[in-house]
Order: sequence, then structure tokens, then C-alpha cells
Amino acid sequence: MNRHQSQRAAYGCLWAAASITIVILAIIIMYVLLQGLPYLSLNFLFGRPEAQGREGGIMPAILGTLALGALSLIIAVPLGVGAAVFLTEYTRPSALTTMMRFGTDSLAGVPSIIFGLFGFIFFVTRLNLSWSLLAGSLTLALMVLPTLIRTAEEAIRAVPVSYREVSYGLGASRWQMVRTVVLPNALPGIVTGIILSFGRAVGETAAVIFTAGTALNIPTSVFSPTRTMAVHFYILAVEGISLPMAYATGAVLIVTILIINVAANLFISRGIARTVRR
Amino acid sequence: MSDIKIQIDHFSYTYGDEPPVLRNITLNVRRNSILTIFGPARGGKTTLLRSLNRLTDIDEPGKRQGRILLDGQDIYAPSVDVPSLRRRIGMVFALPVALPMSIFDNIAYGPRLQGVRSPSRLSDLVQFALEAAALWDEVRDRLDSSALALSGGQQQRLSIARVLALEPEVILLDEPTAALDPISTAKIEEALITLKSEYTIVIAPHNVQQAGRVADDAAFFLMGECVEAGPASQLFTVPRDRRTEDYITGRFG
Repeated sequence: MNRHQSQRAAYGCLWAAASITIVILAIIIMYVLLQGLPYLSLNFLFGRPEAQGREGGIMPAILGTLALGALSLIIAVPLGVGAAVFLTEYTRPSALTTMMRFGTDSLAGVPSIIFGLFGFIFFVTRLNLSWSLLAGSLTLALMVLPTLIRTAEEAIRAVPVSYREVSYGLGASRWQMVRTVVLPNALPGIVTGIILSFGRAVGETAAVIFTAGTALNIPTSVFSPTRTMAVHFYILAVEGISLPMAYATGAVLIVTILIINVAANLFISRGIARTVRR
Repeated sequence: MSDIKIQIDHFSYTYGDEPPVLRNITLNVRRNSILTIFGPARGGKTTLLRSLNRLTDIDEPGKRQGRILLDGQDIYAPSVDVPSLRRRIGMVFALPVALPMSIFDNIAYGPRLQGVRSPSRLSDLVQFALEAAALWDEVRDRLDSSALALSGGQQQRLSIARVLALEPEVILLDEPTAALDPISTAKIEEALITLKSEYTIVIAPHNVQQAGRVADDAAFFLMGECVEAGPASQLFTVPRDRRTEDYITGRFG
């Protein structure tokens, strides 16, 4: 095989790898949407479930999903970004930071069911939060922390050292430097991490069933038990309640994640445009 | 008031187990003058400049000996507030750096850190600094556009203006024209000569010619040692040390 042929072969293989990935993804999404969309209606979106979800809508699950996703991010984002800033800006590499990084990496590899079990034992029973939005959010927050810390760290590291030197050189304290130079320039990367985390949180089932419960009521406080769309989907499908309703729920979940992705990307590009143009 | 602005007194600096980057430097910087620190690469020029406003604090920590006095006060004394020190001794780096914000915000960055909020005071400072750095005429109509769109030479004058907006006492410049074309270089050298009536300037030029063009005093650095220091007129014409002469006449470096 000469150089030209091997070049063509390599191009072909790489092209195939990329195409197959995208096609499989597209097939999954299309399948769920095609199965689910015919059952979508205003009543399904805004109605309450009846007969265990065989009839009616999924309003409580939509609200539960958004509340759980939002609350877990409210808990996890300050912790994750704070830890990332501390590790990158306030410490020099040492045994301690190596240990902290090893810890977060190990945490990332822990199966979600283990987080669920821990959340159940610690938040639900030990802290007596029972099955609730709060217990679920705390558990999910722990689960997404490694992703958040890692992506925020990468984003912070990507901010040029020269910006930091200029800022210090102009008399900035460390915190002023972080606030005016590091965080604004790392924001797009941090937001990407937040989107990934949100996706993981709202798509999670195992950890949520253990900690937030499966109640089909609209949550009224952080102490209410709730059911997310992913859990609803799981229960409808596994317990054979209604496959069409399960796919319809899946379709809504996919569209919700899509909307949040697009909104976050818009927010990022606006943010960048503002800092660059201003 | 003493004629000496900065007194470097038997100052040495070492990173880890390596040989010292600076060895026993004793050097005075006269008020309202331009001191040029020149010599071949790895001579310790950058480390000395970074020691003068304690930017070495943010590097890998090194070991320090001796003293540096600003107006007679030890800048490494425990009571010194480092951010305030850096406002008094501003630094311009070799590579132009525009922060990713507007031209106005770049210049107003330092004053805002100090808590200056008044829009009229800020725009006065911005105009003053840009005029002093010889950039005002080129950007006065687009202060709100991104500083990233400026050319390299403009970005370096922006860096100088950013330091001037702090109303510092001393300006340090580390090879400020290393990345610039001859015309931009000339503009910056002109600006520097105008500035010395108000400020004390220490510059590590990027070649001997520049050292000769702008300096009042000069110090020749070789391998972390200050070989020779004195008035530029004397040092560049009748150097006392053989090594200085060899370097100036281009025999090495």
C-alpha cells in the first residue's frame, strides 16, 4: 500500500468512525421521538397522571425533573467551581492537591447506584430527610461534582498565564485577579461542565429512586418526594404500565435537554460577544 | 528627598538547587531617570525586574538574600502590602497583553481594582494614560471596542497606558519592544523618554542599540552578576570591564 492509498484508507476509517457514532445517536433519538411524539398532547404535558401513568399527563414529573436538576446544580456549582478555583489558583502542586484530584477522579468512577445507596443511608435515613427533593438533590450534587470540578479546572487552566501576570502586576489581590480575569474567561468552559452535569442529573434513575422517591405528586417544598421524567419512564416501561406513555415521556425528556443545551449555548456566545466587544 | 529611588543592596535570588539567578547585586536607580539593564539572555534581568515589584512571589518560590529599598523602605518587609507595592511599581511585559475587554476597560482595570468608580474620574485617567503612552489619537474614537483588535505595537502602548493609569512612581519594562516592528519600537522609545520627567524607569531592552538610545544609566548583567554599572554615556563609550566591552562591540551575546 503506498502513501496515497494509506492516506485514503485512514481517511475512510476515521470518516466511518465519526459517521457511525452520529448515525447511532440519531437513530436512538429518532426512535424515541417517533415512538413518543404521536402521544404528545397538551393534556400529556400539563395534565396529572392517572392510573399510575397509564392515562393522563406528566406535569409532576416535568416539574420534579426541573426542580431536582436545578436544586442539585445550586448545591454543586458553588462547591465545584470553588474547589476548582482553590485547586488551580490557591495551591501549588503538593501531596495534598494530588490526593484531592485522585479523590475527585475516583468519585467520577463510582457507579450511580452506589451514590443512591449512600444518599439513602445518609441523607434519607440518617439525616432523616426522607424521600425528598432535597435528599435527591444532595445525592445528585455529589454525583456530578467530579465532572464539574474537572471541567472547571480545565477551563481555568486554559486562561492564559499572561492575563494573571498583568492583573497581579496592576495591583490585584488574588481574589480580585480570580474575579476579574480568571472566572470571566473560564466561564464558557464552566458552563459546558454545568450543562453536562445537568444532563447527567436529569437522566439519572438509580440514585434518584433511592433518594427522591417515586411519588407522582407535584412537589410543594424541598422536603416533598418527587418523581423525575427518567424515573417515570423507567417505571412505566419496567412495570409494563404503558410503553407508549414511556416513549412519550422519553421524548419530552430529550426535548427538555435539547432546549437547555441550546439556551446555555446562546448564553455562552452572548457572554463571549459581550466581553470581547465591550 | 533623596536622589535614589530604588536601592538594590547585595541582592541574590535562587530557584531550588540551581545556581543563583542573581548574585549579590548592588545597584541604585536614580529618581526620574531611565536605567537600562542589558546583557545576554539568562543574565537575570527578568528576575531582577520581577523582584522589584515582587512578581517573583507568584512564581515557583525561590530563595532571596539582601534587600531592595524603595524610598528607603524595604519592599520585602513583612508589613508591606504587596498589591499596593505593585501599584507604585508598574510592570510592562515582553509580549503585549490586551485583556479580553474594551480599550477603556483595559486602562480602567487598575484604577477600578483600587475602588475608583466615578465615571468622570475614570475617563480622565483613561485619556491621560493613553495620551502619555502616545496611543490616544489612534483609539480615541473606539474606546468601547475590543482591545484584542489592536495591533501588537498598539497593544504594547496599551500595556504602558494601563500601568500609567495607576499613577505609579516606577515603571519596569521587560524587553517591551521584543515582539514589535521598528516603527512601533520608535514610538515606544519616544514615549519613554517623555515619561521620565514624571517617573523612574527601569528597562531591560532587547538589544544594545536600544539600551544606548534611551538610557541615562546602564548596568551590564552577565550570568546573574552585575558586571558594571554607571552613566550610559560612559558605559557605552569607555567601559571599564573587558566583558562589557566585548558584549557592546558584539564579540559575543
